[in-house]
Amino acid sequence: MVDTKTLVEKGSKTQEKKTPGAVGLLERGAFDQLFQVLQAQGYTIVGPTVREGVILYDELESPDELPIGWTDEQEAGTYRMQKREDEALFGYTVGPHSWKRFLFPPKHRLFRATRGKDGFDIEEDKYDGPNYAFLGVRACELQAMAIQDNVFLGGDHVDPHYRSRRESALIIAVNCGKAGQTCFCSSMGSGPKAGTGFDLALTELISKDGHAFLLEVGSKKGNKIFKKLPIEKAGKKEQKAADAVVAEAEAQMGRQLDTEGLKDLLYRNYQNPHWEEVAEKCLSCANCTMVCPTCFCSTVEEMTDLSGDHAERWRRWDSCFTMDFTYIHGGSVRQSTRARYRQWMTHKLATWFDQFGTSGCVGCGRCITWCPVGIDLTEEARALRASDQGELQTGMQAEA
Amino acid sequence: MGFKRNPKLAVWKFASCDGCQLSLLDCEDELLDVVGAVDIAYFPEASREYVKGPYDVSLVEGSITTAHDIKRIKRIRKESKFLITIGACATSGGIQALKNYKNVEDFISIVYARPDYIDTLDTSTPIGDHIPVDFELRGCPINKMQLVEVISAFVFGRKPNVPHHSVCLECKLKGNPCVMVAHGTPCMGPITHAGCDALCTAYNRGCFGCYGPMETPNTSSLSRRWQEHLNVSSDDLVRAFRGFNTYAEAFRKESEAHDRPRQEV
Ligand code: SF4
Ligand code: SF4
Repeated sequence: MVDTKTLVEKGSKTQEKKTPGAVGLLERGAFDQLFQVLQAQGYTIVGPTVREGVILYDELESPDELPIGWTDEQEAGTYRMQKREDEALFGYTVGPHSWKRFLFPPKHRLFRATRGKDGFDIEEDKYDGPNYAFLGVRACELQAMAIQDNVFLGGDHVDPHYRSRRESALIIAVNCGKAGQTCFCSSMGSGPKAGTGFDLALTELISKDGHAFLLEVGSKKGNKIFKKLPIEKAGKKEQKAADAVVAEAEAQMGRQLDTEGLKDLLYRNYQNPHWEEVAEKCLSCANCTMVCPTCFCSTVEEMTDLSGDHAERWRRWDSCFTMDFTYIHGGSVRQSTRARYRQWMTHKLATWFDQFGTSGCVGCGRCITWCPVGIDLTEEARALRASDQGELQTGMQAEA
Repeated sequence: MGFKRNPKLAVWKFASCDGCQLSLLDCEDELLDVVGAVDIAYFPEASREYVKGPYDVSLVEGSITTAHDIKRIKRIRKESKFLITIGACATSGGIQALKNYKNVEDFISIVYARPDYIDTLDTSTPIGDHIPVDFELRGCPINKMQLVEVISAFVFGRKPNVPHHSVCLECKLKGNPCVMVAHGTPCMGPITHAGCDALCTAYNRGCFGCYGPMETPNTSSLSRRWQEHLNVSSDDLVRAFRGFNTYAEAFRKESEAHDRPRQEV
């Protein structure tokens, strides 16, 4: 069982700490048994599957529903599925969904109120959904979960809705064998190899000799599953092959973000005219915040029915790109798109450190791919840095 | 509760197709609750009964296209404590506002056998151009669940939950893959007001903009993306922005920006 408390304490430094655990080999032919074991233990499996031209996360009954032989090509503002030359199960990168859909659902009811004799009777909603087994969680996504754990479970106010979903979930990670054009996890120290925060981790090995998975145990809960599987011994050769898989992903990293002094850089550049250029392009459509696996903002809405005898309170995802988000008496605080984009990017890459002690970005690249006009935060950071250095130089010349 | 007795509701029609009023009758499950919560005083589409004003709330469908309409809407405003416009016609002038770009005399002589019988204004304009409006509910047609929400908010004196952000948020809440990013389909969603619950995109169609411009529509950036990455021509851009909400300011200006080269010829 993933102890969420330790996850929070571990914070974001997932790379250095490696959970020691049993390692073994699972043949592709025996992969179905992983599904059977999980189902026998009462888990509802959620994993990648092909729908409407994308690979997204949904409940799965059998491994046949995995995106077998598919991959994706991504660029700023574009995503296309492509056929692979092999029959890999996990040969894609990340799609438009993230696991936050399941841990922090887009909409859910907090309570119901019914008019009684004296006032209202309140009935709180408690999570009674399935225990999920998340299959195919990438290293950057583990990091994103640790970040959301910190937000929802850290500090004095624990979110009970997130907690029940999170604690009952089993995490099966997959080490990346391919990085996308918009990926930059290595810049953020979050991938491409899963360090900690999983119950089991897989590395998919495909060669002319065969198709198998190197399995690594990350927790007691994971070990229970591991022991039920027809595991074969993994030797140095398999270990080396698994390292090579991750090394290949590392070499393919499509984007980079120079994080050196980035927080101070952003704090220094509130008034940089570059924000105006981004605002000309930005649609304030909120897609970037919806797809981001760490964005956690929500709004709370009250509903009444026409009889006036029933009311409900719902929570739903919200975004710092909407006007309502900062609406207070007299109007919205962040009126301009310039202010809203600046707020979002500065939160992700700078103020998050002050608020939660980590970066708010894990380098998954979703905000770049799924921005309809292809705004790229790594590019924006680069442009700000260039302009900041230009300023510094002019400043120095003026002084000289 | 906002009222001691059931509020009196009236439904009025101007230039429109009746689709929005019908959304009220379409509220099969909720209709009885609506009838229980408000007294329907005037609603010719549903009943012959006519209770004289004043009314606590008026729902107004349709746009202003005649001089008589202007007189009538002013009278309705005087008789209504609270006035809510419903649908694209009432909130932006509707599809019939396409005539605003042309000379109306030219159509009249082609369309009508006796043009001399026709007495119309040169333009189709939203209700809000003529009288103060308390709340605008967008859509072509409106979403019946939003209508019930607005009526219950009104009955209980609270703010309606009708967000003004983009359709994209609704897509993402639903889990729809983005048709523009994943399929290269031009989609108006990023600049369009939410409310339809991302209907077209759920069926792999680009958004048509039925709910008009969202709160902060960056139309020129979307057009640029369509032109540079999705090979959309200027003509098609003009068509996209000249839909049901063609006369909403942001859509009108964007359509005019792409129409200009042709006008010069
Ligand atoms: S900010 Fe962008 S790259 Fe960073 S975690 Fe969020 S979606 Fe991924
Ligand atoms: S950065 Fe892109 S996805 Fe985010 S609000 Fe702006 S246009 Fe939308």
